[in-house]
Parts: sequence; structure tokens; C-alpha cells
Amino acid sequence: MSETAEKDQSLWLLTASPTFWAAHFLLCYITAAIWCAKVVGLGGSLASARVAIAVYTVLALAGIGIVGRVGYRRHSHGNATLPHDDDTPEDRHRFLGFATLLLSALSAVAVIYAGLVIFFFRSCY
Amino acid sequence: MSIDPGPLTAAPPEEVQRAQTERLLEAWKQPTGWRYWSAVNNSVVGLWYVAMTFFFLLFGGVLALLMRLQLARPNNDFLSADLYNQAFTVHGSVMMFLFAIPIFEAIAVMFLPQMLGARELPFPRLSAFGFWCFLLGGIFLCGSIFFDAAPRGGWFMYPPLTSKYQSGIGADIWLLGFSFIEIAAIAAAVEIIIGALKTRPPGMRINLIPLYIWYVLVAAAMILFAFPPLIAGSLLLEVERAFHWPFFDPAGGGDPLLWQHLFWLFGHPEVYIIFLPSVALMAMIVPTFAQRPIVGYGWIVLAAVGIGFLSFGLWVHHMFTTGLPGISLGLFSAASEAVAIPTGVQIFCFIATLAAGRTVRSVPMLYAFGSLVIFVLGGLTGVMVAVAPFNFQAHDTFFVVAHLHYVLIGGALFPILAGCYYFFPLINGKKLSDKLGKIAFWLAFTGFNVAFLPMHLTGLRGMPRRVFTYQAGLGFDALNLVSTVGAFILAAGLAIVFWDMVRPKKKQSYSERNPWNAGTLEWTQEMPGKPWGMRSIPEIDSRYPLWEQPNFLRDVDEGRFYLADAEEGKRESILTSVIDARPEQCLRLPGPTFITLWAALTMGGFFIFGTFSLWWPSLLSLLASLAIIIYWLWTGTALIPEKAEKDVGLGLKLPLYLSGPESAGWWAMFITMLAVLTAFISLVFGYFFFWTVRADFPPDPVPGPGHFWPLVAALLLLGAWAQTVLARRWNRNDHASAFYTGLLLGSILAIAGGAALLAGPWVTQLDPTSHVYPATVWILVTWTTFQILIGVIMQLYCIARRVAGRMTARYDIDIRNVALYWHFTAFTAVVTVAVIAGFPLVA
Repeated sequence: MSETAEKDQSLWLLTASPTFWAAHFLLCYITAAIWCAKVVGLGGSLASARVAIAVYTVLALAGIGIVGRVGYRRHSHGNATLPHDDDTPEDRHRFLGFATLLLSALSAVAVIYAGLVIFFFRSCY
Repeated sequence: MSIDPGPLTAAPPEEVQRAQTERLLEAWKQPTGWRYWSAVNNSVVGLWYVAMTFFFLLFGGVLALLMRLQLARPNNDFLSADLYNQAFTVHGSVMMFLFAIPIFEAIAVMFLPQMLGARELPFPRLSAFGFWCFLLGGIFLCGSIFFDAAPRGGWFMYPPLTSKYQSGIGADIWLLGFSFIEIAAIAAAVEIIIGALKTRPPGMRINLIPLYIWYVLVAAAMILFAFPPLIAGSLLLEVERAFHWPFFDPAGGGDPLLWQHLFWLFGHPEVYIIFLPSVALMAMIVPTFAQRPIVGYGWIVLAAVGIGFLSFGLWVHHMFTTGLPGISLGLFSAASEAVAIPTGVQIFCFIATLAAGRTVRSVPMLYAFGSLVIFVLGGLTGVMVAVAPFNFQAHDTFFVVAHLHYVLIGGALFPILAGCYYFFPLINGKKLSDKLGKIAFWLAFTGFNVAFLPMHLTGLRGMPRRVFTYQAGLGFDALNLVSTVGAFILAAGLAIVFWDMVRPKKKQSYSERNPWNAGTLEWTQEMPGKPWGMRSIPEIDSRYPLWEQPNFLRDVDEGRFYLADAEEGKRESILTSVIDARPEQCLRLPGPTFITLWAALTMGGFFIFGTFSLWWPSLLSLLASLAIIIYWLWTGTALIPEKAEKDVGLGLKLPLYLSGPESAGWWAMFITMLAVLTAFISLVFGYFFFWTVRADFPPDPVPGPGHFWPLVAALLLLGAWAQTVLARRWNRNDHASAFYTGLLLGSILAIAGGAALLAGPWVTQLDPTSHVYPATVWILVTWTTFQILIGVIMQLYCIARRVAGRMTARYDIDIRNVALYWHFTAFTAVVTVAVIAGFPLVA
């Protein structure tokens, strides 16, 4: 029961996976911008920047995976099914878990989309 | 563990009910006569707000028709090139800043309390203040075109066009007028976020809230992060124009691309800030006419929150042709494609709801269907322009004009019209005409497609945007004529909608209650509505209480729920917890006042005098505004109640005063400071942007601001922060003398810290007009000093409050909020010092 108590719940959990996406996106962008402007210059090779982006992608996906798992566990708490619209702490708990799970899936797709750039670009321009 | 109260007691006798309603009516009475304009009640302010946004829609629409007339045939001279420039700039700016965003705030202010079963939003005076700011700024901008003084640089105001080549006051009107309106938007965001999270009816858990609330919550949160970059950008551009600090001027080391980054960091999320609250209306309308709960509630929450995030990763797709590295384009192209996923998800949810229910034919649904068709087409061209190579071809052509109108008119205007037909009975108790609504719809829908579908082709054939005419025989002639004809048909449709809204309805009888048989709370309203919003604040245990909670209307009307009375003659509502909507406080709300109007007028004076470079009147106006706002806070906020607790009914006693993170005011401060911090981070972004694009930023050797003064400043300011935090504790423990000396010392340290911060660039003689490096250092230092100055005023205010007995050890809202302000200020100061003094060492 205590698992579903209000004090242990937070809307911030919903934002965790999208925040991983945002951090991944910004890091990729900043790394590429600094690499191309300061390190190799225009027309330079992306080389290590691509490796860095690959590492960020793996880390971000791992983070999102963990949050998604938490979401899934909450979503399948007890034995009720969707749409999680009962007026009980348990259904509210499942609903927040379900929304977290869905947002994790979307964030994972968006991170993979962004990570794919390393397969398309070998140089800055 | 259930938090629901026991079974409802029997209704009180009729004479008791009558006495209760009389007291409630007296407490919530609207001012009459000329005092009507002092109203702050959400339903009144919301109505003014909506009416003004429609006025501006009309104004922007007329400008569009003038432009279409000019483009109807080649080599036309209906409008001069210069007037055409003003027309498209004002059209775009008005539609974005004076219609699309404010109407979201207006609708939210008007209906949010009803949807939440609350009597009012937590800060009614703030809403009124926001409205007056919006009105002043809007009239100022629109009026300028009649004096041939309007901005003419396009709604995105790119320098150097708007800095070097346009010396008139047009660009200043835009920059200052809209900064003013952005303040109104942030005020509305604070109101909406706290309204959505804290004024829900008891029992409305987070899994039960109407989808509209999810959408506006996300959109309001987006405002906090999207508008500040534009405020920062506008500050830089205005300082460049007024004082020649070369942020965007390559001759002084600046770079016009910084403007594009800051603008689109605002501009792209802004599209979704417009779209989400409009599609939110659909999420309310669709279940009503499908006569069943929405399919995929959780998926729609995913869509709203997901779009809220992803839309911040799209800004560079407006800059694909500026020569950024290919890999950067790839990243933004990827995000632009990814955002199509959540956008599509919600559309499928709507379709599934309609398919699973038994759809009732109605005028609002007609507009909703029209919206789906148009928006999906706009979304598809959106996927096209998100692909960089196609974007290179279509950039700045009429293809983009067609795309953005499909998205905005399909994604925002049509849902808003659907909302007008749906919600109108809540405004004056009467329905709009079905017949006029249908005629208007078919005119608007046909006209829109006739006007904008050919524009795709016009654009692909190479016709550029924002050029006042074209040569004959290039393949544009017939297409443009068709577009012009379509624009007038669309306008005829909209004119009928306007007429339907304003036509006299005296003879028309009132609509029945809940005319559409909807399930959500706002339809508990009587026809016509009462100023109190809700007869009694209900206990909620379903997503569609009118459908699923038996005897719901009767129980509300008979005052069986909470706050059925106003014994003390005060305006009251209930604050509840964020997740489970557990009642936490009985919130006393302020009544009518003209202070908000005066505060907006004087703050408007600051911006308007500034536009004409009248710096002294501008400064005086700012000081007057400050004085009025202090008076407002002093007399109207953090009032100590006559008793600690109040019985709100159903055996529940709630405190009348809470402070710190449990109070609405603390969250308002937190949210406002997040926006302020974002604006500051945008300026810091500018510093690092210059570092990446320029080899001589910071210059070698570094001319200033040195290390000594910035470090002294950091130490003094951390001291000021520590004193403020300690003062909060001393106040709580009722150590009056420690509190006074601590806070006084804190303010002295703060003043000294601010002076030391300014001393750095001053003693090293950094000249901000000479190069972008000193200009950037000065802007960071000035921003931080300004924030410190406000912090000092707050510290002195707290001392005065305690002296006057308006703040005590127990009733300590003021000092808790000020301490929170100082957390942010200390962080800002530390970052400023780290950047201006520390980064040159690393670089």
C-alpha cells in the first residue's frame, strides 16, 4: 500500500525520460558544434565526435530503459487493466506508470533518430 | 487508503440554502457602472481577453486581405512596397502574439475554474494585470501602422535588416511592445500552472483530470522556457539599436545568427504552444459528441508531454539554409520527424473515440472534422520541409506560407471556432446559430483550401515570400488570383462567425443546462452562469462526473459539497495537493481593484517611452510601476486571517494560511524565477555562441573584467544570500532582532556585491560599443545587478512587513518567497562570475 502513497509520487517521473532525450540532444548538438567550429574546422572529419555521439546514445537509451522499467512496473501493479480511470491510489499509481512508460518509448525513438546521424555524416559538411 | 469523505449529508433546509446563496452572491458580486473595469473575476477578465483577441484576429485578417489584393495580379500597385512590408510584418506578428497565444490564455482564464470546479484561479489580479498589459501592448503595435511607423522586418525581425537598415521606430515598437506582452504571457503561465496543479476539486486525482488541463499545463510550462530566449534576444537587439552594442553586427564582432537561434528557440515551441491548447479543445469536444469517454487517455497525455519536450529540439529547422554543419541539420531533422509521432497519436485517439462512440452530428464537430483534415495536410507538408534537402528548395517560398497556414489554421483556428460554438452557452447562456455556423463553416473551409492549396504550387514554382509583387508570365498569375478569391471566401466565413457571436440575442431563449449532454465539470454551470462559478465545490471520483457520478448536479446545487456558504463575506476557494487533490487550504481570493490597471499603465509607460528613446519618462514610469506593485503586494497579498482554520463543510477543517512550498505564492515565485533563469541562460548561451563562432572571443589577452572584483562580488552576494536564508530561520524562531540585523546586513552585502560586480568591467575600462566581447560581459553583469537590486527591495520589504505586523513568525509567506528568490539570484551571480571571470582562463 505504501508504494502508492501520494507522498512517494511525483509528476517529475513523467519528465525523466524526455529529459534524457533533451540532454542527449543538446550534448550531440554541442559536441558537433564545438568539434566542427573549434577542433577540426569546416570540412574536417567527424571521427571522435561520432564515437562520442554513439556513447551518448547508448547512455541515454540505458537511462530511458531504467525509467521505462519503473514505469512498466507501476503500470502493471496489482491486476487492474487500462484505462486506469478508477478513483483509487492504485489506479492513479498505474496511470502515472503507464504515462511514464509511453514517454520512455517515445524518448527512446527520438534518441535513436538523433543517434542515426552518425551513420549519415562522416565530415562536418 | 481512500481520501473520500463519507456519504453526503442531507441538503440543508431551503431557507438556509437561500441565505447561503445570497451571501455567496454578495461576496462574488461584480462591480457595476464605471467600476465594472475594476473586475478581476476570471469569467469577466476572460471575456475581455477573448473579445480583444478576436478584435486583433479581425485586424490581422484585414491586413491579409489587403496583401491578397496586392498579389491578385502581377505588377500591381495597390500597396506600395513599404506598406506591404508593414502589412505582412504586422499581420504575422498580430496573428502570433495578439491572437494565437493570447486566445489560449484567454480561454484558459475563462474556463479553467469551471473545468476544475473551482471558484476562481489562484491569482485573479495577476490575470487582470496580464490582460491590461496585453491590451496596451497590442493597441500600441497595431496603431503604429496608421502612422506609417509599423515594424517592417517580417514577424521574425532578422538583423541586420532590423538593426542597420531600418532606422525608424518600427523595430523598437516590435521589440518593446512584445516584451511587454511576453510579461503578460508569463503571468498567464504562472496562473495556469498553479491553477491546474493546485486548485483542482477535492478527489480529482491526476489520472482523472480533464485532458484540457493536461494540454494547457504543458503549454504553460513551455511558455516558461520558450518566451525567455525571445525576451533575452529582444533585449540584445534593442540595446544594439539604442546604444550600439554590436551583438549582431559583424563589424563589431557580433553575429546575426545569434538572433536566429534565440528567436527560433522561442519561435518553434511557440507553434506548439498555440497548437496544444487548441487541440485540447478538441479533446473536450470529441468525447461529448461521441457520447463516450476518450479512447487512449494515457496516450494523449503522452502526446501532450512528448510534444512539449520534442518541440524544443526543432528550432534549427528554420535555419537549414544558414550554413550550419550537416550533422547539426541531421539532428534537428531527426527531431522534426520524431515530433510527428506524438502529434499523430492524438489524432488517432480522436478518430478512435469517434469510431467507438455514436457520433452526434453538430456544428462544433463540423469544425473539428475540418480541423483534422486541414491539420493532417499541414502535418504532411511539415514532414516534407523537415527533410533538409527539400527544405533548401522550399525555403522562403510560398510553399512554406502554405504549410504554416495549413498547420496554424487547421491546428489552431478551426479548433478554436469549434470551441466557440461548443462553449458559447457558458459565456452568456445562449447557443450560437446552427444555421449560421454551418454556412460559415463551409465558406471558411472551402475558402481556406482555395486560398492556400494553390500556394504550395506557387511556392514550388519559385515565388518567394515577402515580395510585394511579381512579373507576369512566370506561372504565378492564375494561382495568385485563385488564392485571392479563396482568401475572400474564407474571410466571408469568418465574418459570419463574428456576426453570430455579436448579434443581439435578447429574444433568443436561454439554452438548457448542459445542452450537449457533456460529461465534464464545466457543464454544471447554470444558464446563465452565476459569478460564483460553482454553487458548492464538488468531490470528484470520475473523469466524467456528469455522466458517472449519480445525482451530481443536485448535490452541487443544493450545496451539499464544500464551501457552500460565504459566512465571512469573503471570496474563497480550495487549494488541493498536486497528485491526489487532497484539500490543503481554504484560499481567500482578492476582489475588484484598479491597481492592476495602474500597474499595467505605468509598466506600459516604461516600454512605450523607451520606444521613443525618452529615457527619463521611461525610468520614471518604471519607478511608478514599482511603487504601485509594492502597494498592491502590501495591501493585497499574504494577509493574516482572523482565524487559523475554517470549516469548509463535510466535516473538513482547512487552514486559511500556508507558507513555503505548501502555498500557491511560493510556487508562483518558483515558476517566475524559472522563466527569469531561462532568460539569463539564454544570455549565457550568447556568450558561448560567440566563443564557438569567433576565434577572438574572448580576446587574447583578455582586456577585462579581471578576477579580483568578480570574485569579491561572488563572495559578497553569497553572503547576502546566506543572510536572507538565515533571516528566514530567525523569523520562524521569532528572533526579531536577529532577523532585522541579518536581513539589513544581507541587503548591505547585496548592494556592495552588485557594485563590485559592476566594478569589474568598469575599472578594466571595457567599452561595450567597441566589440561584442565587452558588450556581452556588460550585459551579463547588468542583468545580474538588476536582479540583485530587485532582491534588495524584497529584503527591505520583508523588514517593513515585520515592523508593520503584517508578517510574523507563524505567518511568514513574504520571507519564504524572498529566500526562494535569493536562491535563484545567488545561482545567477555565481554563474555570471564563473563565466566572465572564469571562462577566459579555460578558453
